[in-house]
Amino acid sequence: MPASEGSPDSSSSSRKSSKKPKYSRFSQQELPAYKPILTPQWVITVFVFIGIVFIPVGLASLSAANQVEEISERYDDKCGPQTNNTCERKITVKKKMKNPIYVYYQLDKFYQNHRRYVKSRNDLQLRQTSRGREQAGCDPISNTANPIVPCGLIAWSLFNDTYKFSVKDKDINVDKKDIAWKSDKDYKFGSQVYPKNFQKGEGGIGGGKLNESLPLSEQEDLIVWMRTAALPTFRKLYGKITVDLEVNDVVTVKIQNNYNTYKYGGQKLLVLSTTSWMGGKNHFLGRAYLTLGAISLFIAGCFIVLYIIKPRPLGDPAYLSWNRYPGGGI
Amino acid sequence: MKRFVYINDDDQSHDLYCDNRISNRKYTVLNFLPKNLWEQFSRFMNQYFLLIACLQLWPLITPVNPASTWGPLLFIFAVSATKEAWDDYNRYVSDKKANEKQVWVVKKGVKKHIRAQDIHVGNLVWLRENDEVPCDLVLIGTSEPQGLCHIETSALDGETDLKTRVIASACAGIELELLHKIKGVIECPPPDKDIRRFDANMRLFPPFLDNDVCPLTIKNTILQSCYLRNTEWVCGVAIYAGNETKLGMSRGVPEPKLTAMDAMIDKLTGAIFVFQVVVVIVLGVAGNVWKDMEARKQWYVQYPNEGPWYELLVIPLRFELLCSIMIPISIKVSLDLVKSLYAKFIDWDQEMMDTKTGTPSHAANTAISEDLGQVEYILTDKTGTLTENKMIFKRCCISGTFYGNETGDALKDVKLLNAVSGGSSDVIRFLTVMSICNTVIPVQSKNGVLSYKAQSQDEEALVRAASQLHMVFVKKNASILEINFNASLLQYELLDTLEFTSDRKKMSIVVRDCQSGKIFLLSKGADEAILPCACTGQQIRTFTEAVEQYAQMGLRTLCVAWRELPEDEYREWSLTFKEANSTLVDREWRVSEVCQRLEVGLEILGVAAIEDRLQDGVPETIETLRKAGINFWMLTGDKQNTAIQIALSCNFVSPEPKGQLLLINGKTEDEVCRSLERVLLTMRITNSEPKDVAFVIDGWALEIALKHHRKAFTELSILSRTAICCRVTPSQKAQLVGILKSCDYRTLAIGDGGNDVRMIQQADIGVGISGREGLQAARAADYSIGKFRFLKRLILVHGRYSYNRTAFLSQYSFYKSLLICFIQIFFSFVSGVSGSSLFNSVSLMAYNVFYTSIPVLVSVLDKDLSERTVMQHPQILFYCQAGRLLNPSTFAGWFGRALFHAIVVFLITIHAYANEKSEIEEVSMVALSGCIWLQAFVVAIETNSFTILQHLAIWGNLLGFYVINWIISSVPAAGMYTIMFRLCGQPSYWITMFLIVVCGMGPVIALKYFRYTYRSSKINILQQAERLGGPILSLGSIETQQRSLERELSALSISQPKSRSPVYEPLLLDSPSALRRSFGPGPHTDFRTRNYKDN
Repeated sequence: MPASEGSPDSSSSSRKSSKKPKYSRFSQQELPAYKPILTPQWVITVFVFIGIVFIPVGLASLSAANQVEEISERYDDKCGPQTNNTCERKITVKKKMKNPIYVYYQLDKFYQNHRRYVKSRNDLQLRQTSRGREQAGCDPISNTANPIVPCGLIAWSLFNDTYKFSVKDKDINVDKKDIAWKSDKDYKFGSQVYPKNFQKGEGGIGGGKLNESLPLSEQEDLIVWMRTAALPTFRKLYGKITVDLEVNDVVTVKIQNNYNTYKYGGQKLLVLSTTSWMGGKNHFLGRAYLTLGAISLFIAGCFIVLYIIKPRPLGDPAYLSWNRYPGGGI
Repeated sequence: MKRFVYINDDDQSHDLYCDNRISNRKYTVLNFLPKNLWEQFSRFMNQYFLLIACLQLWPLITPVNPASTWGPLLFIFAVSATKEAWDDYNRYVSDKKANEKQVWVVKKGVKKHIRAQDIHVGNLVWLRENDEVPCDLVLIGTSEPQGLCHIETSALDGETDLKTRVIASACAGIELELLHKIKGVIECPPPDKDIRRFDANMRLFPPFLDNDVCPLTIKNTILQSCYLRNTEWVCGVAIYAGNETKLGMSRGVPEPKLTAMDAMIDKLTGAIFVFQVVVVIVLGVAGNVWKDMEARKQWYVQYPNEGPWYELLVIPLRFELLCSIMIPISIKVSLDLVKSLYAKFIDWDQEMMDTKTGTPSHAANTAISEDLGQVEYILTDKTGTLTENKMIFKRCCISGTFYGNETGDALKDVKLLNAVSGGSSDVIRFLTVMSICNTVIPVQSKNGVLSYKAQSQDEEALVRAASQLHMVFVKKNASILEINFNASLLQYELLDTLEFTSDRKKMSIVVRDCQSGKIFLLSKGADEAILPCACTGQQIRTFTEAVEQYAQMGLRTLCVAWRELPEDEYREWSLTFKEANSTLVDREWRVSEVCQRLEVGLEILGVAAIEDRLQDGVPETIETLRKAGINFWMLTGDKQNTAIQIALSCNFVSPEPKGQLLLINGKTEDEVCRSLERVLLTMRITNSEPKDVAFVIDGWALEIALKHHRKAFTELSILSRTAICCRVTPSQKAQLVGILKSCDYRTLAIGDGGNDVRMIQQADIGVGISGREGLQAARAADYSIGKFRFLKRLILVHGRYSYNRTAFLSQYSFYKSLLICFIQIFFSFVSGVSGSSLFNSVSLMAYNVFYTSIPVLVSVLDKDLSERTVMQHPQILFYCQAGRLLNPSTFAGWFGRALFHAIVVFLITIHAYANEKSEIEEVSMVALSGCIWLQAFVVAIETNSFTILQHLAIWGNLLGFYVINWIISSVPAAGMYTIMFRLCGQPSYWITMFLIVVCGMGPVIALKYFRYTYRSSKINILQQAERLGGPILSLGSIETQQRSLERELSALSISQPKSRSPVYEPLLLDSPSALRRSFGPGPHTDFRTRNYKDN
């Protein structure tokens, strides 16, 4: 078509129209944009970089885990199958353990995360005396007539094995202060709230009992226990040993075996462990980092090889199939 | 049930029929809430969420706080309801505007100015020239002595010529003063939508004694939305009003439109729902089994031995609630939000603003922008949509001299101007014929401005052109025609008019020059009608060439001729002419025969070329969109030839050898059937060839075909990429849309007149051009644009981006919901399949509402390719059309990614946070932050273009996550008090996060890179090309190449004896040999896009 009309655009564009949409780079979708594309260089660099970063981090994590000295001793089988008995275990220290040495008890197949269990508590009554009658959510360990403090399955099933340590017939003091989170002691568990009607009747007797003369904020075993675990196998802090254990020290543990794991066939372990900047003895992160770093380097290598033996120019119009056929207007 | 309309009766008929209030509203104030709620709840997703929300009220089974579902649910409902209310309010406002227009109506014998909505059936309505008709009227009086009036019906049927209507015969001759007092009764059928039919009777009451019943036909009516033209005033009786008018009835109820994408999302939602049910059943059974096998041994859980009757249901229901997040509740809100933003982008787009009239584009329907990117068929109106609806005189050839060839506009050609001022006799005669050989009426307004009233736009164009060349047709007084030429007044007496008929294809007048007294015959017409009548001896070769040359350019040509008549020849002829005019039998034939006798030995003066100008950029737009794989159908009320001509000139039909037109016609069922069969056969054969075949059908044949051969016609529709349907009615247009829709094609209808409204409403997407035919179409349409050429941008830019963005957004929404849901499911395996939730209520709600919604919302700014690249490679639209970015297999990819990421997050979390670290709140936050980190990187990797907003949203959101959680962690009452501070202080937390990110994203990047480089899609290649600096092939080079090719070929073709003026030449002959009629050579462009779908 011959474009023979005048120049209406130029004449009218000067005339400002009131209906003209507001101009902005946003409204015109013209914001300056950075458009990254996956070039081989970029991708290979990324993978090499991941490899280079991950391997040292992995090594560091692994060495941190290796520095941690950990002794774990299963005792439910040796001390069982009855509860409420005492037994003695001897643990040999393989490597020197510097204080503080953390004492954990470990349970497995114990579902603290079970739907019925994990919800069975009432945070209000734990914090405030005035809410002491609150039993909401505590079912089945609840009693509105004689309110139970602390109510609920979690508190009711409190772990109650105790350990006494001695090396060479010399008792080692286990520090049970400050094993719970400070925030829990300060805010979650009231310093004026005392146990009431606990382990008396409702549902029978579950786990440990509480000293009714101590406020909840000082019942640190309970506070630790009530930090429920996400997994069926878990460790909870029992206390801290503040002396060093030397190599070949034989630690004698007197275990008061109270807690019933026999009914469901779960294990009970006693764990002594030092700590590092990464926490306890956990090789997972270090191994995962090393593996991933290696895989990254391998992938980078593959891409480099692929790039060399089968180079493919980016944005080659030959790959636009509609340009390949004749009659494409070209 | 007949209706009886009592004319001008103030009491009786008021209450019987509705008044003239037009209402397009959906709700009233009272029924809004129930009706809207009902509508919302008829959607499956909403029912589902309501069920979930209700289940959550049962504390035994709810894993989280019920507020986490109720809050979003109420929010969603409020948002949708507000939107509906707002839309309805806008409809109300526009109705009100139409309803409150002032009209003159006779009330109690007095003419009053009242609002249009107060017109009642039976009222006498007075209209002035250029008024819009407010309701359907039966004419009873006009200003014209013959009882005629002219109306423009373009808004109704799209025909732009003026139509003549007459007053009811019983009312002929009634005095103006008495019209006020006229009384009577009209018996008419109940309201229908047939605009071609009105069978009624009228009887006037005394004193207008005419006891006979007077029959009324459609000729006696003027219908709503027509315009009164060339008539000072008319008076009519309202017979149908409000929504009961013929236009109102044919308007139809617009159905809510659902995009293909919405349908796909619904389908995927359904699939996810099924998956969810399976998961729930499996886990529910497993949970019950575990409960009986294991949980009863777990004394600390204290399972009661005897449970209530519903005990077996408890665990499955818990899992149902736990898995309910699998279907993202936020998806509807997010989609609504981004969709309204897409619509806003269309409204704001400056490149789609018609600078001439200052009308911006507007998206009235904010919900269907994605469909624009999936259009497969465009059905377009012709007049006013493809063309400007303006005829302009462009070129001429006078006695062998071509004018306007250099400038492209004869009116600006110095040669012609010189010839006019130089007084060249040939040119003056040519101009004289141009200015007076017509039926145009010049009208001088009070301030001296001359305007022309013409039935034919061609004639008006000629008269205007002549007046610009100083040959001004000033006045038509009875039989005296006055022309003002270079300040001298020429007068002609009009002796006879030899009218135009489509058989004769020419018209002539006989005039007497008042100065010299000589008699002349002036003729103009189609070349094949005029050129054979040339006097012997005149060389007509130059004219034939001129006609051909102009036809090549797609101009309409008219030959102009004259002859001086000897006095006695005229007198003799005039007698036979009068006689022929008064014969009763075969009058038309007789008259034309007599005319033929006079129209011989003409001296050809020249050829005028008129452009029925296409709108700017129409051919380019159509070509680009055809390249994009969109098929075009032209549906027009216009004549076949004109339609084909326009189709040719705007790339509708590819020229030879690719293009081919197949004609379906016939008046009887048999003929149509045979014709249809034949075309279908040809179509089947050619379908394998890379040919571009189009069929042409007219309204008659179409009606028969639709009635009796629907199946064959549907097959034809599927086979044919292009079709031209002429002389079709509005409802046929809608039917054609329906046929394409029934074949599961996405259709877009574009039009500008009221006759397109039904088609626009029927189609998946209706686009209205706010043009010269009023705003009906634009009002009914989903999108209104100022010019046809904006369609390209609307589809390729807005439609495509919308599709891409929604595809990402919706799948991402499912991805993130699945991600967190899978983690919950995995967690249930380590928590005794009891249905406990790893995440707390706050986290779950915030995850859906903030953490994952905000980053993805900025994907509305994402552009995978620049607008320029898309315009240059419109074929890329195919990815949207074929639904390549959102379909079950892409969805499976996202599903897999969600599963993989869930595994990564879960395994790493439980291993890194094992033993003494496995405190549930901490583990939960580690897993959640893992998800947030991953989703930030997923959004980042899927984003093609980063603007500052995207960076802000993605990385800001990540930071926001920590800030929010730090805030929550500092509230002592919150369950997760101090948790986040604790975690952020642990090196192992950060090491875990990076492990999750690398482990989750590494394979994604590697796979994406591999696909991007070695299995790249067209989009990837264009992205790469864009990055490498500019497009691979600029459109410019293609165009120049094409143009040069065109020039060569057209030069070639001129020398061949070929078809003549495409305007008057019937291009298609219904003979087997002419069946495969092909068009002029030219470059061919062909994309067999239909096949893409099968790949």
